[in-house]
Amino acid sequence: MHTRPGAWKKHAIGYMFLAPWLLGLLGLTAVPMLSSLYLSFTDYEMFNRPQWVGWQNYTRMFSDPQFLDSVRVTVTYVTVSVPLQLLTALAVALLLNRGVRGLGVYRAVFYVPSLFGGSVAIGLLWQRLFGGDGVFNHILALFGIQGMNWVSSPQTALYTLVVLAAWQFGAPMVIFLAGLKQIPVELYEAATIDGAGVMARFFRITLPLLTPILFFNLVMQIIHAFQVFTPAYVVSNGTGGPLDATLFYSLYLYQAGFVNFRMGYASAMAWLLLAVVAVISGLLFATSRKWVYYNE
Amino acid sequence: MLQRNSVRLAKHAVLVVLGFVMLYPLLWMVSSSFNEDTEIFRNVSLFPNAPTLQNYVHGWAGLSGVTFGRFFLNSFFIVALCVVGNLIACSMAGYAFARLDFALRRVWFAVMMVTLMLPFHVTVIPQYIVFNHLELVNTYWPLVLPKFLGVEGFFIFLMVQFMRNIPRELDEAALADGCGPVRIYWYLILPLSVPAIITTTIFTFIWTWNDYFSQLLYISNLHLYTVALALRQFVDTMGQTSWGALFAMSTLSLVPLFAVFLFFQRYLIEGIVAGGLKG
Repeated sequence: MHTRPGAWKKHAIGYMFLAPWLLGLLGLTAVPMLSSLYLSFTDYEMFNRPQWVGWQNYTRMFSDPQFLDSVRVTVTYVTVSVPLQLLTALAVALLLNRGVRGLGVYRAVFYVPSLFGGSVAIGLLWQRLFGGDGVFNHILALFGIQGMNWVSSPQTALYTLVVLAAWQFGAPMVIFLAGLKQIPVELYEAATIDGAGVMARFFRITLPLLTPILFFNLVMQIIHAFQVFTPAYVVSNGTGGPLDATLFYSLYLYQAGFVNFRMGYASAMAWLLLAVVAVISGLLFATSRKWVYYNE
Repeated sequence: MLQRNSVRLAKHAVLVVLGFVMLYPLLWMVSSSFNEDTEIFRNVSLFPNAPTLQNYVHGWAGLSGVTFGRFFLNSFFIVALCVVGNLIACSMAGYAFARLDFALRRVWFAVMMVTLMLPFHVTVIPQYIVFNHLELVNTYWPLVLPKFLGVEGFFIFLMVQFMRNIPRELDEAALADGCGPVRIYWYLILPLSVPAIITTTIFTFIWTWNDYFSQLLYISNLHLYTVALALRQFVDTMGQTSWGALFAMSTLSLVPLFAVFLFFQRYLIEGIVAGGLKG
């Protein structure tokens, strides 16, 4: 009688299992996204009705000195901390690769900072480590170097956070290590027989075969670095100071939206960020065909 | 042989020094938490020169009569709810994507992968406005509800990766025995997905514990404060005087993370690798 019993049932069951996620997608992602897109073209301060202002929020950004500071700070942070972190991760992973005794212990030691790094506790610790009477200066003094207050100096404050990011190289290192393990030993043996030295083996075998993982780490760390909030907030006591030196994009967006309740403006900032992250990811994916090695 | 040994020794020397540099800030913090306030910033060594437990007593007393015991309970409560939410929503979605066949499955999966890369900024403002209208600010709903709706796609991805590798023959055998998809999910796939469930649990634990932004946004009632919020507030309230107490509570705040790491290190590493390698 029924030609295909349960044909519709199959779909129903699929959607039943997907229901919570679909609800979240709709209610917590899609609708909020569209709302914030709309708000980004309005003047909205939480207590008034949103007033349509066209592109004004977007054009205003580029004459807002604090916004420009936040862009400069975030771009500097991303371009310095991501390569620093990934290069450290790769270097240490290479040191740990193949037959190092105590690999598990080393890996654990290097990974622990990644576990703690985003916490308030570490932010507070960092503030003290690099403060005027902080331990860092005491250690410098042992070598006869006169320190300074690294956290409250506009020239160096951002770099204390770069150091904090580099300190967390453990997570990408773990991924590199797993990738290195997948490279067949026979490749190295064959290359050695052919007379390839250490450098040749690294640049001809290790690095090309590792590019997919390098690419993944690069994309993820860049996206992550653009969104950093907690360390900047905690180390600068929520101000982004001194002189906006640590006014990260997320921090300024938070201040604009949730301290000053300029929610239209903050929404515009959010969409600009989305556009920038999308363009950068897109560019990375587009260029990846040129430098990422795929086996298939 | 001699040369190879010296290379190996040099390698270990570099690793040990680097490891020490990495751990030094943490060890110094722990040591300072047992040191007297006046001694803390004079002491570079990793041993307190005036050992005391006073910082822990002083710190635990907390803020305006609310102790850190409360803050820890609050944090654990939120974490527990988030874990339950993530496990339910993400294992269900993961099962649907990995094992079931339904219309638009590939499309939804692609959408899910895109949400992984979405900056939270584009959703947070309307979410806040809605939660505020519903008078749910200063409750834990805004922190917990998203997990029950599977907003953290990373865990769905993790579940999909894992469930895909469970042999299909098991489903077919169960089907032949008259099990429907719901029972297969509950009696077959979930028990076989324990490693993915553990990985999801510990990452949810760590991320929720460290998620300062949402807590800052939604919680301002002292009695609902989490450990992270209380620590930050502690600095403002106590000024620059009680660093020992602050470090004591900071140290305690990291203990649960460290415990998770010690007991579940294998799953942590596997989770990172699964997210990274197969992505």
